[in-house]
Amino acid sequence: MTDIHTSVGHSVDRLDAADKVTGEAQYVDDLYRPGMLHGAILGSTHAHAKIRGYKLDAALAIAGVAAIVTADDFSTARTGAFCKDELPLAKGKTIYLGEPIAAIAASDAEIAGRAARAIEIDYEPLPAVLTIDEALAVDAPLVHEDLVNYTKIAPSFSERNVLWQCRLEEGKIDSAWAQCDVVVEDVFETAAQHHMYMEPCGALAEVDRSGRLTIWSSCQSVHLVQQRTAEWLSIPMGRIRALAPKIGGGFGAKGGLHVQHLAAALALKTGRPVKMVLSRVEDFEIVRSRHPARVVMKTGAKSDGTLLAREASIFLDGGAYADESPTVLSFAVLMARGPYRIPHLRSRGLVVYTNKLKAGAFRGFGNPQVTFAGESQIDRIAEKLGIHPVELRLRNAVAAGDQWAGGQTLQACGLRECLTKLRDAVEAAPELPFAPQHRRGVGYSAFAHISGLLSTGCNIYLRSDGSVAVNTGVVDIGQGSDTVLTQICADALMLTPERVSFASPDSDSSPWNWKTAASRVTYMAGRVVLAATIEVRDKILRQAGEIMECSADDLEIRPGGLVGLKGVAAKTVTFAQIASHAIARLGGPIMGASSLLFDGERLDPKRALIEGFAFGNLGAYTFGAQAVEAEVDEVTGAVRVLRVWSAHDVGRAINPRMVEGQIQGGFVQGMGYALTEEMQWDESGRLTNPTLMDYKVPTALDAPLEIHPLIIEDPEPSGPFGAKGVGESGLIGAAASIANAIANATGKRVHQLPMTPERVLDALIGED
Amino acid sequence: MIGSMDVMLTVNGEQRALRIEPFETLLSSLRDRLRLTAAKRGCNQGVCGACSVLIGGQPARACLSLTANCVDHEITTVEGLSTPLALSPLQTAMVRAGAIQCGFCTPGMLITLTALLEERAHPTREEIRVAVSSNICRCTGYQKIIDAVAEMVETSPA
Repeated sequence: MTDIHTSVGHSVDRLDAADKVTGEAQYVDDLYRPGMLHGAILGSTHAHAKIRGYKLDAALAIAGVAAIVTADDFSTARTGAFCKDELPLAKGKTIYLGEPIAAIAASDAEIAGRAARAIEIDYEPLPAVLTIDEALAVDAPLVHEDLVNYTKIAPSFSERNVLWQCRLEEGKIDSAWAQCDVVVEDVFETAAQHHMYMEPCGALAEVDRSGRLTIWSSCQSVHLVQQRTAEWLSIPMGRIRALAPKIGGGFGAKGGLHVQHLAAALALKTGRPVKMVLSRVEDFEIVRSRHPARVVMKTGAKSDGTLLAREASIFLDGGAYADESPTVLSFAVLMARGPYRIPHLRSRGLVVYTNKLKAGAFRGFGNPQVTFAGESQIDRIAEKLGIHPVELRLRNAVAAGDQWAGGQTLQACGLRECLTKLRDAVEAAPELPFAPQHRRGVGYSAFAHISGLLSTGCNIYLRSDGSVAVNTGVVDIGQGSDTVLTQICADALMLTPERVSFASPDSDSSPWNWKTAASRVTYMAGRVVLAATIEVRDKILRQAGEIMECSADDLEIRPGGLVGLKGVAAKTVTFAQIASHAIARLGGPIMGASSLLFDGERLDPKRALIEGFAFGNLGAYTFGAQAVEAEVDEVTGAVRVLRVWSAHDVGRAINPRMVEGQIQGGFVQGMGYALTEEMQWDESGRLTNPTLMDYKVPTALDAPLEIHPLIIEDPEPSGPFGAKGVGESGLIGAAASIANAIANATGKRVHQLPMTPERVLDALIGED
Repeated sequence: MIGSMDVMLTVNGEQRALRIEPFETLLSSLRDRLRLTAAKRGCNQGVCGACSVLIGGQPARACLSLTANCVDHEITTVEGLSTPLALSPLQTAMVRAGAIQCGFCTPGMLITLTALLEERAHPTREEIRVAVSSNICRCTGYQKIIDAVAEMVETSPA
């Protein structure tokens, strides 16, 4: 790769791949500090109960126990990004089973666990609400009695167990139905999916003699770890330095705190380093899940296939705390129209509290739920009208210049190309051999997502040897952003990626970055990296002009860290000479900096009725279309996905092989959501399957034989080199594509995820 | 309760003297005592495969193996698969194929694949799939892991 000076568009190897294949890459549990203690958590044994008191004496008496923290060790102020409802440890009452009540530090993990079991809690059990329906019942017990008094960042329309409501209306939905020749109505149900990143959540906190904390943790943002831990410990942010070792996947769940504040509190209390890593069972029970949903949907079209109207009512189960629920709900409401020109839309939703672990951000962020509903209905309409599902989607697909629901103009849109390339690929594929007792079908979906959100920054400087240091604060959680951002910087300076070093995120020195989420890093961090690199490039040219005694306009960057006089091959000066000149003679070190708040159009209240949205604008829209070939076992109802084609408009693929990896990995995670993955709670509120034995994520034998990524490049004008994100896209349509393949194979439709053999068999033998 | 035991383990060709608890797992001994942290604690229940090591050449879950039972066997971890200066052909193939994302499953995956390639130098794609199915990966969808091995096998001498 050393001869590539224009690395954008090339599949360069990941920067950290060699460390990862040798086992040298260090994750938080691989870190050890002198005198380190080990932490454990005591979780509640009731889904809903008053905590009348606790006895710590027996636990503290165990040899090796150094400290215990409870809610009494923390500030009593509730915090949260959108609704301030959460406490660092349960206080007064516990509202889900497993909720941390105390944390213990001891000389080893076994003793810490024994101490946790020795703590006596005096509970007064309360009736619990475990489902959307139970939460909405008129006489339902309240999960948060004080909800109306909690601070919220936007109008929330909260009442009783309803945390948040929002709605969006365009056109004249009530009169539109009469103009429709075909109308379909369904109720869809989706389950709680667990992120199941391979690395369980954990943190290591250390305190120095001045009382300053260093926190290494498995996280999606060092800056949010710093900010939220400071809030909960009631200490200044400057007393916390947050760092990120290698991260073993996140998928959204590590965007908020998990145990960082507990490890930090124990470190402060003991003066010693404390490592706390969740067991897999604890990780299942207390971190986050995808929102279970019920989507009631109605869609209408003209007989020529023109979609006219859609109405969606979205009910989300948010669990015990708000976390990201307000934005997940808002985004689901916004995406329920689907990537189609539907003039009449009513989309509304609510999210309820229940006595279960909190639901939060998870790859797709509310979009997979509504896409499962919406794309199932598009296929029903196609079937009723006798139009090919791809053709129906093409006739209604949005295009550049169109507006999304809420008013944002689409600057670029490769959806039609995704659909046509997809159709061509499926048609060209050789037929698989016949399998007896199996019915085979192909299902399609089309979908959109966003890439963007909030703010981010970047610093770049040119070292005296002509190499470049990039610092963004972006945490690479495994997807490969360190490599992609390095490519962007290197390409803009015509350097090989080896000449650019990417700083490990550090809240002390890295510029603010919100988090690795929302398919945003390539697009948002890519933009600031490119802008800062261009500033450095301009300064390099000006400095070279001083050295060469000519105008910067007559100079050009040349491959390999050179500036040359245009038209004169021999006349060059190196980046090293330029950097040294700047440092020693003129102007000081060459640096560039860029900072960005997403600057796209905002939701437009003049265009649509918009209420209760937890955000004003989002990002650049991205598009995709997917085809799944699946077969259904007529005897068992088991569904097997055989082949997948997944077309994604990524604007520009900075690193095509990594884009493929996102598409393939996203699909298989979505296939788990579609077919096997479901967190299940018993009537007492206990999660019954918090292990990998009982919670089934796909293995290599479950995964499709072939997943063909089709990369479509319709450049996004605001994106770095035209790029936008692809982190979530592969998952979003998976459940819908598979449901449509099952319907295509059998003529029967499954409305509930996961589509287990039992549910498929019920559909096969049912009347419907 | 039985007290601590002094044992000698052979790890990556080196003799290591250890004082262990009788119920101690090989994963704890490797990670917490020897600080060989390539084998990961993914589930600690023997399902995910992230802790896979070779015990006497056979792939095994270190989280389900008692150290006391391993004293007579050669133990190989990912730290033993490469030299400080060069990756093994399998490691190189994984890097080149884009088979690595978060990397947490990677050490266990490499152990499983090393054992497969020891058993048969030219496995079919289906045999690779079956072998890989003993380890969970949540990032890649397995495609590029299987591709890596298949491509390496294709280009290696018969």
